[in-house]
Amino acid sequence: MVRSADIARSVYAAIAEAATTLRPDVRAALERAQAIESSPRGREVLGQLVENATIACRDGVPLCQDTGTVWVWIELGADECPGGDLQAAVDDAVRSSYRDHALRMSVAADALGDRTNTGDNTPAFVDVTLRPESGATVHVMLKGGGSDNASALAMLDPSAGVDGVRRFVLETVSAKATGACPPLVVGVGVGGTFDTVGKLAKKALLRPVGRPAGSPVTAALEERLLAEINALGIGPAGLGGTATALAVAVTTAPCHIAAMPVAVNLGCSAMRSVTVEVA
Amino acid sequence: MSDPICVTLPDDAASLRLLEVGTEVLLSGRVFTARDATHLRLVAELAETGVLPYDLARETLFYAGPTPPAAGRPVGAIGPTTARRMDAWTPQLLAAGIVATIGKGARDDSVRRACVAHGAVYLAAVGGAAALLGTHVVAAETVAYPELGTEALVRLELDRLPVWVAIDVRGHELYALARRSSAGEARP
Repeated sequence: MVRSADIARSVYAAIAEAATTLRPDVRAALERAQAIESSPRGREVLGQLVENATIACRDGVPLCQDTGTVWVWIELGADECPGGDLQAAVDDAVRSSYRDHALRMSVAADALGDRTNTGDNTPAFVDVTLRPESGATVHVMLKGGGSDNASALAMLDPSAGVDGVRRFVLETVSAKATGACPPLVVGVGVGGTFDTVGKLAKKALLRPVGRPAGSPVTAALEERLLAEINALGIGPAGLGGTATALAVAVTTAPCHIAAMPVAVNLGCSAMRSVTVEVA
Repeated sequence: MSDPICVTLPDDAASLRLLEVGTEVLLSGRVFTARDATHLRLVAELAETGVLPYDLARETLFYAGPTPPAAGRPVGAIGPTTARRMDAWTPQLLAAGIVATIGKGARDDSVRRACVAHGAVYLAAVGGAAALLGTHVVAAETVAYPELGTEALVRLELDRLPVWVAIDVRGHELYALARRSSAGEARP
């Protein structure tokens, strides 16, 4: 049986790992990008990013000073009963992990009114979805402000089609990439409803860099977008070059016959997530 | 690319005015961290007294909020935050005497014009290289607003922190220039 305390323990450990250890797929993509980057300045930036990953892992310091807000997505077996106050247990794990690993506290108490720093990086942003299989899969993502700010959502008309989605992604990256710490992992959600399409885009960021979508139509869009984004010239750190994005991951879903929701959630060059199984 | 230029602040601040956009600089010496909440306080104090508080005239602002000390260093990780969010306040701070800002990303044209008007520069550091950049910080001391946590005004002593001139005193801007030339290279 999965207990809230088990989930909290996995969140505690995942935060430390995500903050200091670059995802192997992201690191490999940075190294590949460095080998083919056309701009000397771009190659130097990519060299800094690879060296940064080495130093962070060696010294146990964060990859990025913005250790982010914590998104925890729990895919929970429908027969499990974690018990207790799951949100409180996860918040406790966030509080102690951020303190114990000297991470940065980056949460304001209220967006509109009292913007005082909560001082312990809580609350965590927690989603629970149910599945038939027992156990739980816990995804932990640390999302920096720079890349999340550079995200966008639009309710397109169905007539916009694949090309409308393509243009919206390109416009978003073109306008906002320099503040989002490129080379980027570009997460795109298409479908669902106004409130769910953003989550689709965020979930796309969990997919390993280099793995295409299952659907041939979606995979073709990903490939075309990656080529077009890397022809924009924005480059590593926005200082010019070909490596503007490491990957484009598109996730699709059913939607209303009148709708074509699209969301772009940009992931930075330190794209931080860890997925763990809790039995 | 040519070799990086070494600059020590604040003594060599005037030499920043001689550097062209795109020049790589290894920054040493004194800078002050300031993010969103820090700017709100600084600008309020400036409005009240008419001068920059904390002897910030002729100093450099680094748009950064570090993680706590780690690995025996005064800060764990430190790197530039998005400069655009500071654009609304930057022209008045440059007018009041700030000589350089360090951040990441493209900025509003009002900042470019203010750099020209006041002989100031904008320097870009690599976002996401914060463990590496942290090894170039040799001292950190909180000067004001400790209650803001990571947004406190902190005086840093740097040792060869790598940055690029992103807006020079003639108003040339690196993000647009780099993009035009790179896109040109990238297209068949």
